[in-house]
Amino acid sequence: MNDFAILCLIPALPLLGFVVTGLFGKHLGRMLSGWLATLATAASFGLALALFIAHPDGFGAGAGFDGKLFDWLPVAGLNLSFGLQLDPLSLMMTLVVTGVGALIHLYSIGYMHDDSGASRFFSFMNLFIFSMLVLVLADNYAVMFVGWEGVGLCSYLLIGFWFTRDEYNAAAVKAFVMNRIGDLGFLLGLFAMFTTFGSLSFGTVFGKAAGMASGTPVLTLITILLFVGAMGKSAQIPLYTWLPDAMAGPTPVSALIHAATMVTAGVYMVIRSHVLYDLAPASLALIAIVGLATAVWAALIALTQRDIKKVLAYSTVSQLGYMFLALGVGAYSTGYFHVFTHAFFKALLFLGAGSVIHALAGEQDIRKMGALRKKLPITYLTFLVATLAISGIPPFAGFFSKDSILAAAFERSPILWAIGVFAAFLTAFYMGRLLVLVFHSSSRVKEGVHPHESPWTMTVPLVLLAVGSIGSGFLGMPAVFGLPNFISDFLAPAAGAYESHLGSGTEWLLMAISVVVALAGFGLAAWRYGPKAVVPGEDVDMKGPARWSLVKFRVDELYEAVIVKPLFALSSWVSGTANDRGVDGLVRGGAGLFSGIGRLVRRLQTGNTVFYLFAMTLGVIVIAAIAALG
Amino acid sequence: MGTITLDHYVYLATALFSVGVAGVLIRRNILVMFMGIELMLNAVNILLAATSAFRGDSSGQVFVFFIMLVAAAEIAVGLAILTTIYRNTRSIDIKHYNRLKG
Amino acid sequence: MIAIAFYLLTGLLFVAALLVILSRSPMSSVLWMVVAFFAITGHYVLLNAQFLVVVNLIVYAGAIMVLFIYTIMLLDLSKGLKHKRSILVRLAGIVSGGLLLTVLVAAMRRSSEAAVGDLALVGQTSFVGLVKPLGLALFRDFLVPFELSSALFLAALVGAIALGKKGGTD
Repeated sequence: MNDFAILCLIPALPLLGFVVTGLFGKHLGRMLSGWLATLATAASFGLALALFIAHPDGFGAGAGFDGKLFDWLPVAGLNLSFGLQLDPLSLMMTLVVTGVGALIHLYSIGYMHDDSGASRFFSFMNLFIFSMLVLVLADNYAVMFVGWEGVGLCSYLLIGFWFTRDEYNAAAVKAFVMNRIGDLGFLLGLFAMFTTFGSLSFGTVFGKAAGMASGTPVLTLITILLFVGAMGKSAQIPLYTWLPDAMAGPTPVSALIHAATMVTAGVYMVIRSHVLYDLAPASLALIAIVGLATAVWAALIALTQRDIKKVLAYSTVSQLGYMFLALGVGAYSTGYFHVFTHAFFKALLFLGAGSVIHALAGEQDIRKMGALRKKLPITYLTFLVATLAISGIPPFAGFFSKDSILAAAFERSPILWAIGVFAAFLTAFYMGRLLVLVFHSSSRVKEGVHPHESPWTMTVPLVLLAVGSIGSGFLGMPAVFGLPNFISDFLAPAAGAYESHLGSGTEWLLMAISVVVALAGFGLAAWRYGPKAVVPGEDVDMKGPARWSLVKFRVDELYEAVIVKPLFALSSWVSGTANDRGVDGLVRGGAGLFSGIGRLVRRLQTGNTVFYLFAMTLGVIVIAAIAALG
Repeated sequence: MGTITLDHYVYLATALFSVGVAGVLIRRNILVMFMGIELMLNAVNILLAATSAFRGDSSGQVFVFFIMLVAAAEIAVGLAILTTIYRNTRSIDIKHYNRLKG
Repeated sequence: MIAIAFYLLTGLLFVAALLVILSRSPMSSVLWMVVAFFAITGHYVLLNAQFLVVVNLIVYAGAIMVLFIYTIMLLDLSKGLKHKRSILVRLAGIVSGGLLLTVLVAAMRRSSEAAVGDLALVGQTSFVGLVKPLGLALFRDFLVPFELSSALFLAALVGAIALGKKGGTD
């Protein structure tokens, strides 16, 4: 079987899984649906791995292969075809998506086994995997957009999975609408791209763009518009408020979609389009600033949150900001490196949180947890690994990726670096806070709740992801260590090579500062919430900056007042007044006109025969008069 | 005032027709109204017959024949209806026949 | 000669017609109607429409007027109907009739020069009204309407009988 056939199978298997579990889920039952979905995803991972092994040193300078599946829109001038392509970047993304995805599917078998809608859950999850694969394997922007929309749809379906609760539905709608706003920017970017280049295919667009001058206004426009799409999909300022609310969905959903894969679609898109972005320094600067601002903003909010999943959600937003910071300073493969490591430890954090929630029968408020490390040993250990990784403490994965980003930022501007370090400090602090309050300190668990460790279907993925959180860092070591940077080398044909020009002395210094800051943040949190035994207080007791952080700086309320309320008012005006008086009025007016005419004409029907005769005579007179005169 | 031309007959028929119309409009007695209608029909008959004679075309007089036919049938049915209405309303004054008011 | 006959008959016809519509009692109206029919028949004689002469007398003066008389005698008109309408309505009626007359005459005048011409042919020299040519025309060119008229009569017959029954139609 040739490579392209294997490539087509990779998204086809989850699609098949979606169809089978979707149509026959009721008959298959929860366990079988879950295993089927897991197997489909794992099989895709296996195929991707096979392709990887067949081409271990990348694809050479040719950057991979592609092929056309079918003609999609053979409209004159547009000529879209549905095609897939494989190059280092998409291969790595595929491995991450299917690998982490398969683990999360396995975890969900245990997590969802009490839920009556489990087969529907697994069909949606497989649909998501399919859409994500279409997104990363596309060979033109239109197909990518299909996948883009598909993951948005699945996000909506899965966030609102427990659809009987109104607030979950509202969260799902909010996610979808904010995505849509970003998608509008993305579409406008596509239109501009088509007008400029006459095609949406990667090869054509990048080839033609290479000949353009840097800073061309139309390129800046296109790249900014595409980034608007990324803002929505990857939860950057200002389109980030949907992600914390998306925690309404089941925890595996949060792990898969809102940590490891969908939210990184924006990062993938920017890396894929790096040819365009390299020629538009203004948009790169924008991306860096937005990313950094998001990283800090979200970290500040995470400091005071009480819901375990909300802390992790804001943490995701913050880490995504880091990724965009890397892209903004031109270090594409470094940004991707962070995507890679973040997938492992963030998924692990979410699944661990899910394990805790499952053990405590649904409790998510960290004020009601504590001292769980004895009761949930595996969960605790893996959570610890992930926390250390995200805080950037060596030798765990997060250290290498985050430090590479900060080094790249320093090269561009020390100010960027300094703010980034501050955000790293905050990250270490709130993650330490979370760890201590949940697993250490004193037990504040409610009466009657007996925490117990989770079944093997849930703990095995945790362990595997922990291994990834430790090991993945070594794949992208910075040059100063003297070891090859596998990630950067592998991605070079697709993402451009990034050369660091810092002296090795500066590098070591920066690394040392990062480590010190991370340890300081972590240690401070451990001391404050451990021995000092501070417990987050009631909402009303929070004052000052803490209160600002707690209420998420009131951004949601701002959007509600400025955007949502006027839109609803407009909508109800249109459906009320404009519709009733305007449209209905026209219709009724038309009917009224005719019945009025009828009423007038009816008065001729007097029933008085002589009147009729008079009328007839009058008519004859008129006709004869016309004949006489005409 | 010599030869009678077709014009004379035309004016004759027209005048007779107008008398018929006036009769229908003036009188309230149904029977007299019927008679007015008969006058109108006869006016048309005269015109047709005269034209036919002056033109040498016999279809005019055939048409007169048919008009008489139809007039006879019409009177028969009309008087039958009148009788029925009279039985119901006890009146032959057209003022009382206004049930079809719309 | 012919002209004198024509004007005499015309005068008689008009007097009779006016009296028809102006008589107080319906019986008088009927009788004056009969006179009018005779005058019309006279006109047919002038036109040498022999068939129509006979048919007119038999059908109109004979059958139809007899029907009228029967009906008048059948209905009880002793209730003293007011046969005249209000002055205004009568005025309106007469005005309408006169107006109609005027306009029609005007219309005829307009068309008279071209269409009618002044064929002096009157009376004896016209052969169209004789029975044989008329019969031939009737049974050759107008056969279908002739046959259909029998159906018409049947319908009228049935209708009249059905309507005339006491106790409602059947």
